[in-house]
Amino acid sequence: MDLFEHQAKELFAAYGIPVPRGVVAHTADEARAAAVELAGRVVVKAQVKTGGRGKAGGVKLADDAADAYQKATEILGMDIKGHTVHKVLIEEASAIAEEYYFSFLLDRANRTFLAICSAAGGMDIEEVAHTAPEKVAKIAISPLDGVDRAKAREIAEAGGLPANALEGAAELIEKLWCAFVDEDATLVEVNPMILSADGQVKALDGKVTLDDNAHFRQADHERFVDVAAEDPLEARAKEKGLNYVKLDGSVGIIGNGAGLVMSTLDVVAYAGEGFAGSPRPANFLDIGGGASAEVMANGLEIILSDPSVRSVFVNVFGGITACDAVADGVVSAFRLLEGRGEAVSRPLVVRLDGNNAELGRRILAQAALPGVELVDTMDDAARRAADLAAVGV
Amino acid sequence: MMAIWLTKDSRIIVQGMTWSEGSKHTRRMLASGAQVVGGVNARKAGTVHEGLPVFGSVAEAMSVTGADVSVVFVPPAFTKDAVKEAVDARIPLCVVITEGVPVHDTAEFWAYAVAAGGVTRVIGPNCPGIASPGASNAGIIPADITSPGRVGLVSKSGTLTYQLMYELRDLGFSTAVGIGGDPVIGTTHIDALAAFEADPETDAIVMIGEIGGDAEERAAAFIERSVSKPVVAYVAGFTAPEGKTMGHAGAIVSGSAGTAQAKKEALEKVGVRVGKTPSETGRLLREVLQAR
Repeated sequence: MDLFEHQAKELFAAYGIPVPRGVVAHTADEARAAAVELAGRVVVKAQVKTGGRGKAGGVKLADDAADAYQKATEILGMDIKGHTVHKVLIEEASAIAEEYYFSFLLDRANRTFLAICSAAGGMDIEEVAHTAPEKVAKIAISPLDGVDRAKAREIAEAGGLPANALEGAAELIEKLWCAFVDEDATLVEVNPMILSADGQVKALDGKVTLDDNAHFRQADHERFVDVAAEDPLEARAKEKGLNYVKLDGSVGIIGNGAGLVMSTLDVVAYAGEGFAGSPRPANFLDIGGGASAEVMANGLEIILSDPSVRSVFVNVFGGITACDAVADGVVSAFRLLEGRGEAVSRPLVVRLDGNNAELGRRILAQAALPGVELVDTMDDAARRAADLAAVGV
Repeated sequence: MMAIWLTKDSRIIVQGMTWSEGSKHTRRMLASGAQVVGGVNARKAGTVHEGLPVFGSVAEAMSVTGADVSVVFVPPAFTKDAVKEAVDARIPLCVVITEGVPVHDTAEFWAYAVAAGGVTRVIGPNCPGIASPGASNAGIIPADITSPGRVGLVSKSGTLTYQLMYELRDLGFSTAVGIGGDPVIGTTHIDALAAFEADPETDAIVMIGEIGGDAEERAAAFIERSVSKPVVAYVAGFTAPEGKTMGHAGAIVSGSAGTAQAKKEALEKVGVRVGKTPSETGRLLREVLQAR
């Protein structure tokens, strides 16, 4: 889960990392009130989970409360790389002497953590990393050793930070490491990390990505979930414990195992190229290992409540999952949905292979459910589902 | 019949055997003919479960049974400690099936295994394990999909492993290794490719990747340098939208790096044929075998 800047800073502040005072505003009126409260010059910052805000005009300086109102009016509703700005952070303007870059992140390739530090911070850090890589220090951090004050100072020195910023930067970096570990983050980035005119090192911006796998020991991260931005179908699926992602096509997909479902999306997209309107997958839905009737019913219900779905492809390879259980699941799903007055109105193409596939196919054949077709191979089934979506119902 | 890392002589213990998943898969492994010789649970030491002795520690289980493989089924909260215990006991192979392990925990037990001298090969986490058909089975890969043969397989995905084993069931496999799709994993594509290259009983290799990270790109560079046997590949996730997680924690694309297209191109550049679908990948493997 990615955090908004204001959430990242709330987290930083909890670890004693200096951040500017700030208030979140959802309207221009709230922005004006926030500016009055902060007094003096403020910065109005678009809160979107993407980079390049500054260059897109999503960060503006305001001289007073009236100006903050004006700037917030301009920024709220703005589209930045496909993200609509729904809120702004009103923050006291900082007197900046210098700008640095700092981050801790997961280094997948080397299976360890990495500290990245540079005295050349600010908006063009990616450009600097590209053209003058020697100015960007990358230091591997072992999870067994961690980062203490001495290590933090070593990193700041390697990044080329000046002597008068070293102490403050080392303190910030050490605290940031604590946040990175204790909060199960996979990224904490401070760009810019500034040296203020009065000699303090502060986090002027913050990007944080938290590990969803750590939810069992980070229950309070729930507070960061952006409920408003969740797709309504994705939110409903999540409530039912389903791994569902909404996409923009017309072929509903149900499968088992993340890899097989991803592959199913691809195979359907290829198959769709041969049909009118090039039907594409409408969603990702992994029913996982144990495909009970209830899971199948919930999955079908979510998929069928998406009005853009014109056909559904159930693609299961029975490894641990037994195909007869999947078939039973489909049959009971039909009964369940009929019982709820939501009879299945769109065609279903089913491909079953692996564990008890014969038995599963027989169950479906005998049930003779309306609109349900069995197809032998994954490729043929994808073609049939795409064909049905092209023709419509 | 040879195989990599897991043979008919492998003696397997199950960490978390007394949990429901551990129990179920212990029965399945036993039914497939694998030599499962015991389980580990400190609180149930001295008891018998699934007809097998339960030991208080991995070290004790190893000294009593001669086990050389551990399969980990404990829940995510306990996985890090379970793997570290296996590393401390210097077991040669530790297969971590558990799904949903926080990446800080995986990074830590991986660093721990490396610091211990790399004595323990760690496979996983969040993987289906490793199967050498007809010889042994450590994990949850169904034993009855295929028989022994001369194809090796390494995959990030469980169900795609099963699908490809099914596509090529008439040929059979030396070993199939599911390395898992998490951002940090123990054994990599490259480790498996190197082992299959060295295995006299493997003639050709199927490699399955998916979006996220650059493991496939690095594997491509390794194949160019060090693999003489034919390799065909399949990559899942061409239609996955940027920035969305598709179930595997590692399967997330950000920016241009890590896309399925980039992986396909990197592999094709070094002469690896990449199938558009799992079935086509199976056909490609038959073609490269015939062309030899």
